[in-house]
Amino acid sequence: MAEVERPPSAQVTNYPLKGQLTHTNTLHAIKIVALGTGSLSSSAVGTLICVKQAAMLAGGHDYEDGLQSSIDGGISYDPSFVPDPVKSFVVHLYRHIREKNVYEIHQMYETSFHTLSDRMFKDTPWPSVEAVAQYVDNDHVFCLLYREMWYRHLYARLSPTLKQRIDSWDNYCSLFQVVLHGVVNMQLPNQWLWDMVDEFVYQFQSFCQYRAKMKSKTEQDIVLLRQHDQAWNVYGVLNFLQALMEKSSIIQILEQEKEGLEQFTATDGYDYNGGSNVLKVLGYFSMVGLLRIHCLLGDYQTGLKCLLPIDISQQGVYTSVIGSHIATVYHYGFANLMLRRYVEAIREFNKILVYIYKTKQYHQKSPQYEQILKKNEQMYALLTICLSLCPQVNLVDEIVNSQLREKYGEKMLRMQRSDDESFALYDELFSYACPKFITPSAPSYDEPLVNYNQDAYRLQLKLFLYEVKQQQQLSVVRTFLKVYSTLSLEKLASYMEVDESTLRTILMAYKHKTHSVGADGKTISNADIDFYIDDDVVHVVEAKTPKLYGDYFLRQIVKLEAVIGDMDRVKLE
Amino acid sequence: MNSCIVVVPTDTVIAEPTNVTGSTSHHGIEVALEFKLVEHPTEPLKLRTGEEDSGGRKMGREAAGQSQMSYTVEQLVAVNPYNPDILPDLENYVNEQVSSQTYSLDANLCLLRLYQFEPERMSTQIVARILIKALMAMPAPDFSLCLFLIPERVQMDEQFKTLIVLSHYLETAKFRQFWDEAAKNRHILEVVPGFEQAIQEYAVHVLSLTYQKVPRSVVAEAINVEGVSLDKFIEQHVAKSGWVVEGKGEVSLPRNEFNHPELKRTSSAQSIPLDRITRIFPLLG
Repeated sequence: MAEVERPPSAQVTNYPLKGQLTHTNTLHAIKIVALGTGSLSSSAVGTLICVKQAAMLAGGHDYEDGLQSSIDGGISYDPSFVPDPVKSFVVHLYRHIREKNVYEIHQMYETSFHTLSDRMFKDTPWPSVEAVAQYVDNDHVFCLLYREMWYRHLYARLSPTLKQRIDSWDNYCSLFQVVLHGVVNMQLPNQWLWDMVDEFVYQFQSFCQYRAKMKSKTEQDIVLLRQHDQAWNVYGVLNFLQALMEKSSIIQILEQEKEGLEQFTATDGYDYNGGSNVLKVLGYFSMVGLLRIHCLLGDYQTGLKCLLPIDISQQGVYTSVIGSHIATVYHYGFANLMLRRYVEAIREFNKILVYIYKTKQYHQKSPQYEQILKKNEQMYALLTICLSLCPQVNLVDEIVNSQLREKYGEKMLRMQRSDDESFALYDELFSYACPKFITPSAPSYDEPLVNYNQDAYRLQLKLFLYEVKQQQQLSVVRTFLKVYSTLSLEKLASYMEVDESTLRTILMAYKHKTHSVGADGKTISNADIDFYIDDDVVHVVEAKTPKLYGDYFLRQIVKLEAVIGDMDRVKLE
Repeated sequence: MNSCIVVVPTDTVIAEPTNVTGSTSHHGIEVALEFKLVEHPTEPLKLRTGEEDSGGRKMGREAAGQSQMSYTVEQLVAVNPYNPDILPDLENYVNEQVSSQTYSLDANLCLLRLYQFEPERMSTQIVARILIKALMAMPAPDFSLCLFLIPERVQMDEQFKTLIVLSHYLETAKFRQFWDEAAKNRHILEVVPGFEQAIQEYAVHVLSLTYQKVPRSVVAEAINVEGVSLDKFIEQHVAKSGWVVEGKGEVSLPRNEFNHPELKRTSSAQSIPLDRITRIFPLLG
């Protein structure tokens, strides 16, 4: 291990969090924390800690660099120092994983890890995996898992260097390969498995964004990028997810489950026959991961195809983790929005927003709370867009409707007009709510250094606004259709101040835009107000939503039976 | 102790000492019977071999070093889409679609994706053909789907700008302007046979959504056919699609749920799917 100078006196000095972070700067001098809590070993008390370059921590082969850096800046965090709470954390976690106590693992993963992070590792990474390995029998797989968590923590709290990004990719490669070889014999909580896939996609997205910001790249960076062109290569990422999906045979499992030959959803993905749930559940979540990546690339059709095996009208393993539930519906809805299937998008957004409204209080303490709230807001924005393009307010629950009116009521009114202001509003909402699109190809490092990380987003926005523009005339037609039940073409043309032939064109465009092509190739009507033309007269048809008696009665019947059943069980003494 | 920490340098393969005795778990987490050398999966996954689909369409090319059986392109796209090696196959498939008047959105999207991953391999000619094919698929939104995958820079190309304008006219039902513009750009469009018919089909589709009775002149404008050819066209549709020629130069279009609201199936919300009713089967005793 490297020798690190540990200045003896206890000092607390603040360094700017990201100010000294550059890619070539190997020293991250971050906030210096004096560890003074009782549970730590005495040598730790009053010790100054600092951060070394992560290559030291993770790779080990840039050892000399790291050593150099520690001499540079003076105070560096000792990655080999393992405070007692961390020691006990890894020992217990290792034991629980060995003994397959999924509940305990989940507690430690969800709660203990974050408590420790908040308490001791607010601005610094966790101890290096080499340092903790000794407490866990140097178990290969546990170390891979620990490293995965280590990097996730780094990404969340600090800003990763290029080297760290590359090393994290290597770790994922190792981890997934171990899983793909089917040699892991553990049960992990779904939350953890989802986080792995989610983080994998996130780090890929982050890397593409990072790589596209060429302006701030140094020579060293570019050399490193050229050298490691396999790291976060789009083919690699996609093929890993595809491999997980295929190796786990998750599609067949889901099919067979429909026929009752397999148990998967019923057990929430867990294996009660002594096997391991890791490959299957990772394969399952990979489908959501693929949907997400395809949306980031702008390929909505394929994204939806990847999600097909999962029936999102039902509960499933994807609903067992709130993060996965939200991510799935968000991307599903967004893809449908871009495919102009507005009714479908509205339906799904509505369902999830109701769900979040009812359950978010239970997640207040959870580390994902902020992310849940953010996605909630984004989906309201997307719902606003959908409803402005396809005004079917009857599809929306009262709860959601009232929230919508509160947040975007005024904007929605303005968006329904066909002027420049409404355009700006569509732009604003789309930009706020859209995924962070990426350019998957590596740049040509020889060309002048230009930032092009916004290119993908700009393209999607431009095409979206183009579609909005094409639909702008429709709202004008709607206002007239709402008022009349029959109207001659001549009259309508004069109201709209166009000639009759243009009017026919507009009416046909209305029909085309409000009748989208569904997934099965059939035409579906999105229109709340429809019409047909007979001779020279427009006949307006208002779609009436029938009251859903059938469903209501079914629900009440089942409820009544349950109540009777309960009453039967009451024993009267 | 059979496992150890393996520090993984970036480009090498991962190897682990194999457990010679063949016993299973040591400490429970890892059951390592045998651990093979694994390559980084950034190598494209090797195509699996399988029987040829006799009903399918064969590409016929043998990839060097692969087995004798070659996969149909559709299967390639389904099984191994993230593979730079299939790019030439997909390009050939586009040309095949053009010449045999068939169409596959999934294969074309797959190709556009690969172009996105490796922009230096993009062929504007192929992309143009894909876009024209997508136009012919209207009313499906395939054209937009393709545009989402084509970088802005490329879309600035003259022929793509033209195609985008043509798409715009079709999306907004401006048929007269469309046919005018199409006539000016015949050289771009004539590479794809069947273009005119496909657009005419789309035009008829939109007319059927909108009109119960439509004047002849409107039909003429929409499908860009006049005089005797128009009569023939209408006759054909009278024969096969249920059109009826009314007096006063009008044509009655077949009844469907879009131009005849009374035909709208009582919305599916009224009918209750069977699986919901199964919930109360146990109660009905």
